Amino acid sequence: MTDPTPTPENPTATDVEPEADGRVAAWKLLAGNPVTLFSVIVLVIILVVALLAPWLAPYGVNQTDVTRALQSPSAEHWMGTDDLGRDIFSRIIVASGTSLQIALVSVIFAFVIGVPIGIISGYLGGITDTVLMRCVDVMFAFPVLLLALAIVAILSPGQLTTMIAIGVVFTPIFARVARASTLSVRVEPFVQVSKTMGTPGWWILLRHILPNITGPVVVQTSLSLAFAILSEAALSFLGLGIQPPNPSWGGMLFDAQGFMSQAWWMSVFPGAAIFVTVLAFNLLGDGLRDVLDPKQRTLAEARRKA
Amino acid sequence: MSDSSAAQTVLRVEDLRVAIGRKEIVRGVNFQVGRGGTLGIVGESGSGKSMSVLAATGLLDAPGAVVTGTSTLHDDDGAGLALTSATPKQLRRVHGNSIGFVFQDPSTSLNPLLTLERQISESLETHRGMTRRTARARALELLEAVGIPDPESRLDSYPHQLSGGQRQRVMIAIALACDPAMLIADEPTTALDVTTQAQIIDLVKELQHDRGTAVVWISHDLGVIGQVADEVLVLKSGEAVEHRETVSLMDHPSHAYTTQLLAARPVLGRVPQPADPAAEVVLAVEDLDVAFPVSTPAGKKTIHAVDSVSFEVRRGHTLGIVGESGSGKSTIANVLTGLVEPQGGTAQLGGTDLLRVRGKQGRGLRRRVAMVFQDPFASLNSRMRVGDSIGEPLTVHRLPASGSRSDRIRELLELVDLPTHFASRYPHELSGGQRQRVSIARALALEPEVVILDESTAALDVSIQARVLDLLARLQSELGLTYLFIAHDLAVVQQMSHDVLVMRNGQAVEQGAAEQIFDDPQQDYTRMLLAAIPPERPAAV
Amino acid sequence: MQLSPKAVARFLGTRLLHSAIVLLGVMIVVFALIQLVPGDPVRLALGTRYTQESYDALRAASGLDRPLWEQFFTYIGSAVTGDLGVSFRSGQPVTALLLERLPATLSLAGVGLLIGLLIAVPAGIWAALREGRIADGIVRITSQFGVSIPDFWMGMLLILVFATGLGWLPSSGYIPFSESPGGWLRQVTLPAVTVGTVAGAILTRYVRAATLDVANMGYVRTAKSKGLAPSTVTIRHIMRNALVPVLTIAGIQLATILSGVIVVEVVFAWPGLGRLVFDSVASRDYPMIQGAVLLIAVMFLLVNLIVDVLYALVDPRIRLA
Repeated sequence: MTDPTPTPENPTATDVEPEADGRVAAWKLLAGNPVTLFSVIVLVIILVVALLAPWLAPYGVNQTDVTRALQSPSAEHWMGTDDLGRDIFSRIIVASGTSLQIALVSVIFAFVIGVPIGIISGYLGGITDTVLMRCVDVMFAFPVLLLALAIVAILSPGQLTTMIAIGVVFTPIFARVARASTLSVRVEPFVQVSKTMGTPGWWILLRHILPNITGPVVVQTSLSLAFAILSEAALSFLGLGIQPPNPSWGGMLFDAQGFMSQAWWMSVFPGAAIFVTVLAFNLLGDGLRDVLDPKQRTLAEARRKA
Repeated sequence: MSDSSAAQTVLRVEDLRVAIGRKEIVRGVNFQVGRGGTLGIVGESGSGKSMSVLAATGLLDAPGAVVTGTSTLHDDDGAGLALTSATPKQLRRVHGNSIGFVFQDPSTSLNPLLTLERQISESLETHRGMTRRTARARALELLEAVGIPDPESRLDSYPHQLSGGQRQRVMIAIALACDPAMLIADEPTTALDVTTQAQIIDLVKELQHDRGTAVVWISHDLGVIGQVADEVLVLKSGEAVEHRETVSLMDHPSHAYTTQLLAARPVLGRVPQPADPAAEVVLAVEDLDVAFPVSTPAGKKTIHAVDSVSFEVRRGHTLGIVGESGSGKSTIANVLTGLVEPQGGTAQLGGTDLLRVRGKQGRGLRRRVAMVFQDPFASLNSRMRVGDSIGEPLTVHRLPASGSRSDRIRELLELVDLPTHFASRYPHELSGGQRQRVSIARALALEPEVVILDESTAALDVSIQARVLDLLARLQSELGLTYLFIAHDLAVVQQMSHDVLVMRNGQAVEQGAAEQIFDDPQQDYTRMLLAAIPPERPAAV
Repeated sequence: MQLSPKAVARFLGTRLLHSAIVLLGVMIVVFALIQLVPGDPVRLALGTRYTQESYDALRAASGLDRPLWEQFFTYIGSAVTGDLGVSFRSGQPVTALLLERLPATLSLAGVGLLIGLLIAVPAGIWAALREGRIADGIVRITSQFGVSIPDFWMGMLLILVFATGLGWLPSSGYIPFSESPGGWLRQVTLPAVTVGTVAGAILTRYVRAATLDVANMGYVRTAKSKGLAPSTVTIRHIMRNALVPVLTIAGIQLATILSGVIVVEVVFAWPGLGRLVFDSVASRDYPMIQGAVLLIAVMFLLVNLIVDVLYALVDPRIRLA
């Protein structure tokens, strides 16, 4: 269809695209988008800082010095000090590690449970699908933070509880994305062809369904990391996530509430840290969607052709 | 045609070029249409036929497209308007008013949320300044003119309540609402069944005759063009290769490409190599019954897709199954390959009932029936190399028992005339015809007895289709294959089939030897289907 | 407007049944909440200083001394009749306490959603119609900013600038609309802007996507081929059709918006349901948490049911099927 006259014996070179592998091309496309590239660089920097935080932090996170309380940003304290004289910069970079760790663990948890549920539900269909999806609907009826709050109320607050709470509330999101993609791939002719030749179900799942739903799932992972960081910050802000004196961005903002008029730096810097990290994950997710999500891609291509 | 077009040219296009980026898609096209005349523009996919016409009429909406050349519209006012350099406001005054458009897909061309009345009266209110009431009266006239039954009550209907053919009639009513001097019909019958296509062609000709509208009819189908056009413009890769009066073009094509197109198009009267009439029966289907539950937004209902259909196929024969959309012909294929569970009936394949086996035995049986689907793009997993796609059934069935898998893949590629190094390519590196050859190679991997070809060449351009059909015929004679050839195109079915089954609404209307069905059809429906095929010779207008 | 009552009834019947099943699931989850508490919830709620009598009384009042299945059916039975038990902390009926807080939350969520839609609908459509151009890029990036900003931080910044800094608006508190509409408006502005900005950013992306889908449909090309004015094409053909998916998304996104409301209520000391949940979690007032969670989930289901009704009214394919 692309070229009206290629003879089979002598295939024309013109209808052969240069890239040998679609995925290599996807990476090239990603790197070609300045916004995506920028977000990747920011995330790498955040990750490196988080890993090296114990060595990079100029002060101890709980090194209090009341004589130096509420100092504005200076050469000694780049982001100023809080009401107990603790260095805000040190606390922010140490907290980044905790935030990323919680986001990562909870998203992996949601991924590992949600994606298989979604794939099985979408592939098997019928009563299994109905039951699993009603359960997902039930989970969706609760606002994420409310469900997380309820879980925290059952277990006692802390890092592990925060991870469980965010992981549990994100599981249905992954299940839904995986199911929707599976449903659309399942009816593709290439899957049907494979079925007509007696290919077993597990083979079809592994060889045909799984590789073709990675796009939307990867996009969802990136967006969920962003949302997980936001949720952890909100829980910590409410005093139900990371418990003091351990530093957390949300907790620092909670402390800042009492000093809004005296010390703007206490509320501006931790909030900016959350904002930048979340924005980077969101922009990466957007860039990934443009490249990886087949629906978006065909839409973009169709528009180019029209 | 030349004398009348000189008298009253409606649209004159000179040296039209469209470029997107550095790529020139339309390369200097010239044409003109006169009052009451019809220009047919024909070409295969990628020839730039739609783009030329949309660019010439100022409706091209492709981002970054640069249009050069001139296109002048002379409507009733007589004054010429240069469409390629007109302002958006000038173009809006022309669109719907002096130029009406009908597009390919009637299922998406109408707004699902508006009544037919609203969609027809819109342009009347815009261009003619009519009130809602007078526009409604005019809309009623138009619905009547395009042959919608019970037009009065249909005014307040919504598109989803109409059939595809009726929707296309409404599109024509919309296009002709303001009595335009010119009608652009862009593949208006491609998405329709052959009997509906014939009705739409008649309708447009009749309306054109009454109103003296100039028509530009775009199609990939020379048969349709032969029926409607006075003059034909043949486009290839954005260039006009031939532009002549229809009858003389079809009788004496001067350009090699036109000759090739004419030779490749399926026409009635071609028959396959004869098959041994005494060959054993390979597949015997009896009383097949299939019903589907269908969920609509408003609830569930059951559709009887196949209703007690029986047939037999002998070894080395081809059974052609023809029918219009919704006739149940593809459902038969899906049942035989195990994709759909039937409600009743049997399908004996060498002494075993295909429909009653499960598990290991079933998988063994699956080997004996293979299927090739319609869409060459979607039939291959885009993330698997061609060789892996062909080799997948071998791996699943632990084949070949002796020799290497890669040798077998090479052998299969050679069988379908593809170079063996294609094994390491990805589907997106192949053309449509090549992809379909890969699908055929994959179907043959398990050495099946019966191959089901479900509209396997319908999505291909005619020249590619002709070659794939030749390949299928060769494979049949070389390997002694038995085909179930499912298609909507009767000419293609005649070319391939020894026996024919005509389906309608899930039922077998008529079945028998191919020559009997084509030469002496017994049923009205079969006769109607045959009569609706555009004849090989163009209609002398 | 033609109506096929049968089709609408069938459609709504299906949706209603679906909502009822989900509601049952929601109740099971809410009921399970208290059962999952490790240890004795009553003891946890009472803290260290309590007498055996007060313990027994509270336990009996909450029904926790009876078998599990009996507790469940009692819970469902009383919840359906509007009895959600008594608060551990205050000893007052949960339902009454919830209803007292409801108007504050409704006004915040309502005004917030309104602001969100006022941002999202024009911005999303505007961006979609200029797809790939600079205006589209600006809207896309800005909406990413809005999605990425923590709502409580945004609230704090607004307080920093408009309350403590400029002194234009109060930083906390709530005045019922019935008492003083002007006072209510002054109080609701900052928290509602916070909720609305984030909601608007989320919805903008959906409006843009839905508009893009519709703008590429064949019937929009048909509308253009009729020579209609661009505003007619946009309003009559694009917006109306994009409204259908946007409505659905707005209903589902309500859950996200309610999440924001909870935190924002804490930041602005807004005496709504969110604040109530927060306080109840801190004091382990389980019946209160259960009640609030149930009420918010029911609100979500109700709004989505209303969306379904609107959907049926807008789309003739359902209305007349």
